Amino acid sequence: MYTRIYVLKFPKQITDQPIICNLVKKYDLEFNILKAAILLQQEGLLVLQLKGYKTNVDQGLAYLRQQGVQVESLASTIRRDDEKCYQCGACTGICPTGALSIHRPDMAVIFDPDRCTGCGLCVTVCPVRAMEVSLNQTVLNSQAGTAIAG
Amino acid sequence: MPPFEVNKTFDEINAKIKAGEAVVVTAEEMVGIVRENGPVAAARKIDVVTTGTFSPMCSSGAFINFGHTNPTLRASKAWLNNVPAYAGLAAVDIYIGATEPAEDDPLNKVFPGGFRYGGGHVIEDLVAGRPVRLKAWGYGTDCYPRRDLEKEITLQDLPYALLCNPRNCYQNYNCAINLSDRTIYTYMGTLRPHGKNATYCSAGELSPLMNDPLYKTIGLGTRIFLGGGIGYITWHGTQHKPGALRADNGTPRRAAGTLMVQGDLKQMSPRWLKGVSMQGYGNTMAVGVGIPIPILNEEMAAYTGVADDEIFTQVVDYAHDYPNGIAHNYGEVSYAQLKSGQIEVNGKMVPTAPLSSVVRAREIAETLKKWITAGDFLIEKPIRTLPSE
Ligand code: SF4
Ligand code: SF4
Repeated sequence: MYTRIYVLKFPKQITDQPIICNLVKKYDLEFNILKAAILLQQEGLLVLQLKGYKTNVDQGLAYLRQQGVQVESLASTIRRDDEKCYQCGACTGICPTGALSIHRPDMAVIFDPDRCTGCGLCVTVCPVRAMEVSLNQTVLNSQAGTAIAG
Repeated sequence: MPPFEVNKTFDEINAKIKAGEAVVVTAEEMVGIVRENGPVAAARKIDVVTTGTFSPMCSSGAFINFGHTNPTLRASKAWLNNVPAYAGLAAVDIYIGATEPAEDDPLNKVFPGGFRYGGGHVIEDLVAGRPVRLKAWGYGTDCYPRRDLEKEITLQDLPYALLCNPRNCYQNYNCAINLSDRTIYTYMGTLRPHGKNATYCSAGELSPLMNDPLYKTIGLGTRIFLGGGIGYITWHGTQHKPGALRADNGTPRRAAGTLMVQGDLKQMSPRWLKGVSMQGYGNTMAVGVGIPIPILNEEMAAYTGVADDEIFTQVVDYAHDYPNGIAHNYGEVSYAQLKSGQIEVNGKMVPTAPLSSVVRAREIAETLKKWITAGDFLIEKPIRTLPSE
């Protein structure tokens, strides 16, 4: 199973089409919306986690580009909000790379950004949403409008 | 009562606390003390052992009285930040439950649902001092003519707010696995197919009820650490099941005792009451609870000396067995094994992940230790201990 996070930009002409719905149905993918925003002039921005077989993910991305959606892969932009994190360890069971791990014997939960591939699995597993996708400046530079956290 | 070699009373221990002479250690520290000195010498040396647990605890919530308005309103329905609260109590009394999702939450319509905001988050926002939007509706009566109310409330302005959790602090809980061929989303977290991971939810040797397994010092009126402030045990909790299978050391090997706890919400803190979203399952709240255990005799010293490798739970399949009410397990494992990061199930090694924070449980036990050592916190003798059979 292959999991990656992508930033999708929808030009305003196609924001009303069921593109994500088709993507999921046609290519047998699972998805999680990590962030959604409406940019100036009604351009849409979606941070999406896609899960599925790699060939299906690749075909799905090709479909998106065909529809005029701008697709960028988003790696290594996961950060932990240490104020929110309560060191439970739930995320360590799901992190595929060991970027989230438990230090023994004190059972502290360690986050090593260097080992993080940005798959985003921890974002929705964390009970207090302490693992966050941070949109970097290049993604946001077109955005002067309001962002609505997803 | 068997004749003990060491005999201390609550009053004697409290006198020592007031004099600043009480010796207080955490349940983790007690393990080594009892192993080195034996229970009799440990009971002579130690007066109080502190425990702690911090994890999602369903069956939590708060009673709130939001004050009378002019003209008066008798609320029939109420919402806090769009999360429905129960209003069938009195004119302006409501109960907000931790697992109630926001009214417009898509729930599991897009599976697995995110459950971003619910009753637990409302309580966290209140204790954090953040304003919360109250909406109430009444059908109107002669004495309560008003129909609608919408206003911002803060915890500080509320006339009354009581955290009242009918079931907290479960004494032991299952270790969960998923033996089906698809990922499942449960209150025990996300479980990958074919038993690829396991989750568990107890602080083990730090957990309050593991240190007084037969409720000899704990009961109605026991003063505790609750949500960062002071609270009380006010009854046994719902689903309290003292008759569960037990080990020779008294600790249960299955889910057993539970506590009903309450305390003034106004002195609690968002660090110890946290709204929780369990993907695909729903909302709840993580609650910090810590209980001090008086070492009245060598029996209590032996109980509080219990270690992770002497506490066991069962491994349960949450794909088929649990939802179908099938009482079946895939063996027992100790908390030492669970905390090591892997357990053996059906001859295969399975990685484990906790849902209960040991780091925060330890912090609670340390905080209680500080309060007691400073003479601020006395040990309350229960009016009645919890049912033990
Ligand atoms: S699941 Fe969330 S709260 Fe728990 S340790 Fe991981 S990041 Fe922290
Ligand atoms: S920390 Fe682990 S689970 Fe989270 S995004 Fe990075 S690699 Fe994925």
